[in-house]
Amino acid sequence: MAMRIRWSKIAVFALCTAPFAWIVWRAFAQQLGADPVNEITHFTGDWTIRFLLITLAITPVRRLTRQYQLIQFRRMVGLFAFFYGCLHFLTWVVLDKVLALQALGDLHFGSLMQQMGLDIAKRRYITVGMIGLGLMVPLAITSTRGWIRRLGKRWQKLHRLIYFSAIAGVIHYFWLVKADTSLPRLYALIVAGLLGIRIVYWVQQRNRKQRASAPAAGAA
Amino acid sequence: MLIRKAPDIASSEITPHSLYLNRRRFLQGAAAGAAMLAMPSIGSRLLADTPQKLQFSKWPGSTSEKQTPFNDITHYNNFYEFSTDKNGPATLAQNFRTRPWTVKVEGLVNKPKTFDIDDILKQNPLEERIYRHRCVEAWSMVIPWVGFPLANFLKQVEPNSKAKFVEFTTLWDPKQMPGENSSVLDWPYVEGLRLDEAMNPLAILAVGLYGQALPNQDGAPIRLVVPWKYGFKSIKSIVKIKLVDKQPVNTWYRSAPGEYGFYSNVNPNRDHPRWSQKTERRLDGAGFLGSGHRIPTQMFNGYGDQVASMYSGMDLIKNY
Repeated sequence: MAMRIRWSKIAVFALCTAPFAWIVWRAFAQQLGADPVNEITHFTGDWTIRFLLITLAITPVRRLTRQYQLIQFRRMVGLFAFFYGCLHFLTWVVLDKVLALQALGDLHFGSLMQQMGLDIAKRRYITVGMIGLGLMVPLAITSTRGWIRRLGKRWQKLHRLIYFSAIAGVIHYFWLVKADTSLPRLYALIVAGLLGIRIVYWVQQRNRKQRASAPAAGAA
Repeated sequence: MLIRKAPDIASSEITPHSLYLNRRRFLQGAAAGAAMLAMPSIGSRLLADTPQKLQFSKWPGSTSEKQTPFNDITHYNNFYEFSTDKNGPATLAQNFRTRPWTVKVEGLVNKPKTFDIDDILKQNPLEERIYRHRCVEAWSMVIPWVGFPLANFLKQVEPNSKAKFVEFTTLWDPKQMPGENSSVLDWPYVEGLRLDEAMNPLAILAVGLYGQALPNQDGAPIRLVVPWKYGFKSIKSIVKIKLVDKQPVNTWYRSAPGEYGFYSNVNPNRDHPRWSQKTERRLDGAGFLGSGHRIPTQMFNGYGDQVASMYSGMDLIKNY
């Protein structure tokens, strides 16, 4: 049993790295199309949102399908959301900000910090994107076994921040597209569904608790 | 100085153009009929044109910068009439019909006229002009267009003294242009220029690139090219040109007035609300792993000498 889980973990890990391997291969094969920087930016951003959605889907899926062992993969998938989010962030810093400052002959640490700060302050889609990624940082840090033990019950509460990260990710996408909002709308619908089902679970659980604590004879 | 390029084939081999067209139409009709009876997909492939070589002279003002590869110009298109995906138009426009095609020129003119595209090709001496093309999305290309000055074309219909602006309209045909079934933009696509901008010698109507007829996804059979403005001003697949006295409401302005103005002159000092316009990604297949390179954006896309005087005294930040 333990072996099976280990192998399946390796398989899921490999699956999660596949998009990364795919974009690296395409870059070296020069298969990224006419505008590689744009392609890398969109690709890493897309996969960040997708991994956030997959992470959020694990709880409802394991309850609906009674495949409770799926919880084994949640932390890893969540960390991959953070990984792709970091790649997306680095793409922005290096392939956008650094290259732009270099083209203008004004590249140094100060100017880079200033340009990034201005972008985050001025452009609301970047502001909300940074919030989404920033919220994932404490989650990534506290994803170790030690932290889970140390935080106890508070760990779960803290990790509910991922709900806001996913919402921020979708708003970020919504605000940056030019005219065609069909994909951000789809992602928004999925996030709404995944958060909505949690409200249903929460209400069910509360009702059960109330029934259990009620001094009714039925409990006997 | 106009130097005619020598034709590639002996003149004896050339079928008179009108005969060629008649024969072509007959074949197309026959093929279409057969296609209806047989498989539609094969039929439409029969109809697809082999690239038509154009005769042109070389315009002396062309840039010598490295040209964007043909494959990139034809697979990275903002042509929302077909798809909002940049490589979508290359496949979705494959069977787009560019014959028969007419361009109706009307409005405040003395001689309104509907031109047949083949007459346009016959009557206007073509030039190859290698222009920089700067998209509002901060990428740019270098494209060898084949076309002719818009001014020469407009003079044929004699704009009258009331005409102040020129309004261009793209074909509206949702059956052929699947993107027009969606509501991402108000169709048909409309663009506009001030009359003096339209008469500027840099403004051309393009009918080809890289020496051959325009690929469908690049705005076949005829499109505008105004290289000192952001790419979306260079409207594609034009069916109507109207001379008017009021400033036209162009499609992207209607969609997001704070982001895309009427003028939309390339201007590194006026940022798009969501990104900087100070630099651009030059897509020329060079650079690390062919990713192009980042270069500073020039005022009026580097065409200031030819166009800046039209805007003297104007606040180009306000009139973006």
